[in-house]
Amino acid sequence: MALRRQKGVTALLVGPAAAFFLLLLVLPLVVVVIYSFGERGPAGGYTPAFTFDNYLNIASRGQAFLNTLMMAPLGTLLCALVAYPMAYYLAVKAPARWRVMLLVLIIVPFWASQLLRIYAWLLILGNRGIPSLLELVGLEDVRLVNTRFAVLLGMVYGYLPLMIFPIYVSLEKLDKRLLEASADLGAGAWRTFRQVTLPLSLPGVATGSLLVFILLMGEFIIPALLGGGKVFFIGNALVDLFLQSRNWPFGAAVAVSIVAIMLATIAVYMRFLLGRNQLRQEALI
Amino acid sequence: MAEDAARKPIVVFRGVSKFFGEVAAASDISLEVAAGEFLSFLGPSGCGKTTALRMIAGFEQPSEGDVFLDGVRVNDIPAYRRPVNMVFQSYALFPHLNVWRNVAYGLLQRSPRPSRADIDRSVARVLDLVQLNGFETRRTWEMSGGQQQRVALARALINEPKVLLLDEPLAALDRKLRREMQIELQNLQRRVGITFILVTHDQEEALSMSDRVCIMRQGRIVQIGKPTDLYDRPASRYVADFVGKSNFFPGTVGEVAADSAQVTVASGVSLPVNRFGENMQLAKGDSVVLAVRPEQILLTRSAESLPQDSVVRVESRVLNRIFLGEHTEYLLSSEGLGEFAALAPRQSELVESPFETGEIVTAGFRAEAAQALAAD
Repeated sequence: MALRRQKGVTALLVGPAAAFFLLLLVLPLVVVVIYSFGERGPAGGYTPAFTFDNYLNIASRGQAFLNTLMMAPLGTLLCALVAYPMAYYLAVKAPARWRVMLLVLIIVPFWASQLLRIYAWLLILGNRGIPSLLELVGLEDVRLVNTRFAVLLGMVYGYLPLMIFPIYVSLEKLDKRLLEASADLGAGAWRTFRQVTLPLSLPGVATGSLLVFILLMGEFIIPALLGGGKVFFIGNALVDLFLQSRNWPFGAAVAVSIVAIMLATIAVYMRFLLGRNQLRQEALI
Repeated sequence: MAEDAARKPIVVFRGVSKFFGEVAAASDISLEVAAGEFLSFLGPSGCGKTTALRMIAGFEQPSEGDVFLDGVRVNDIPAYRRPVNMVFQSYALFPHLNVWRNVAYGLLQRSPRPSRADIDRSVARVLDLVQLNGFETRRTWEMSGGQQQRVALARALINEPKVLLLDEPLAALDRKLRREMQIELQNLQRRVGITFILVTHDQEEALSMSDRVCIMRQGRIVQIGKPTDLYDRPASRYVADFVGKSNFFPGTVGEVAADSAQVTVASGVSLPVNRFGENMQLAKGDSVVLAVRPEQILLTRSAESLPQDSVVRVESRVLNRIFLGEHTEYLLSSEGLGEFAALAPRQSELVESPFETGEIVTAGFRAEAAQALAAD
């Protein structure tokens, strides 16, 4: 009786989220997988079939894969490099009474839609933006939009807060007495940072990197606007395949591939993190 | 050791004050700690004892005055360059490093870095000292509180500091383990011969381990001395109350002689007192308090069995009996002395059965048991 009641409670607790995921994630994924083995209908869309052609065809979108698989990790790395000093300042150096306000300031840009913020960059980097200023100091013909640089800039800008927050949390909860202990044992500021602060804040870096990496892998607005079709991501390929050329089966095959690559990457990454057992322990405490 | 005047002081505070904003955490502290001494800072929280310790470690800089370590003024020397090491309150072991790396940490910071073989030897030696051989690859969080404490000790001792600072090192341990570690710490200190400076709020801990105890209150040193001196000759009512328990009986000074004074307590009994608080100038008619330790008060059912020289004898009613294991504490009330406490050792039960609540007994103490202190 008690056991049945407990099962009832479990169902109530897990049920809504499980149903949500099942209906809106698992089921659509199954549909996508099924589509990926089908054929394009005469007027686009999907015709049932069983063929591997779509997958064999993926090489034709190789550049999109290459771009995504190079730019997403690079963007994540840059994000971490920019975010860490900021998070460190917020958690360690900033006066306590300013801290909350500074954290809020970091989120403020997120109150505007991503599309708007990226459009703003388009104006800043466009010919009437920074390049026109550079012309004043004699630097002619600097092109910023429609370059990899612009896409990277947009990516770092867009996802920086997602990196700052986990690192901030891990630095903030770092026991300050560990730093004193390190100094007491003869380590100066830099060695203490390298030997104590950095290793103990790596879980935050790992969490932030995972978050940013996953989102960057699926990114399509930033490359579309700031890359101007020159820097093509898988996300852009998907938009193109589903909405423009209406080749749903091929689009499905590309989608399945990117999901598979992402899962594999995350699996390897988690494996690596679990290997660093002590860090995981720290992250949990 | 403390009385060994030939020893040079290893730590010297000269007029040291520390302000945090408007708050004075330490005021005008002057103190010399002899090399090889075991000194404790004792006081309630917020008395400045931890601030004093942190100024030796280099985590705080004095606002006024100078701190000397081994003859060198260290006010401007950062913590990582000072020849002292600290055992932190909750140990502050590095959670991402195993026991070996924690212990070797200090040696690994040296330049030039000692050879791996030398480090291995040193780690083995200090782990041996704290009886933790074989724990090298353990994670510190897997260890018990007592073991973590030993790792913290080993991590500090491996650097052979001139002074080992201990910030409430035993506070996190349970009572029994704390007792054991107290004895172990004391033995360890004698073996390594390093100066130990301990901070604690536990008077029993301070009295049982230290050569000298420095009692602090509101940022100031109230009294420094050997544990027995502090206990038997407290300089003030504060110390008498803080170190051990004490009864305080109000009294009036009568005739004053060269080294004793006649004090009349409220019961009308007059007794010659020859122990006084620090810097006390007594004059006839002054109000004082007589401090009498509970264990100095003898209780009996038959007044004639009190020692002949018990100058104070009062009929008292037993208000409460608290069994403490080795002792029984009685709370009593008498017309002359008001409420007071007396401690009876279990041996007294061989002569008389324990007293019951409500019983009338005679309480007595000798003149030497009383010490006159400022009434404040």
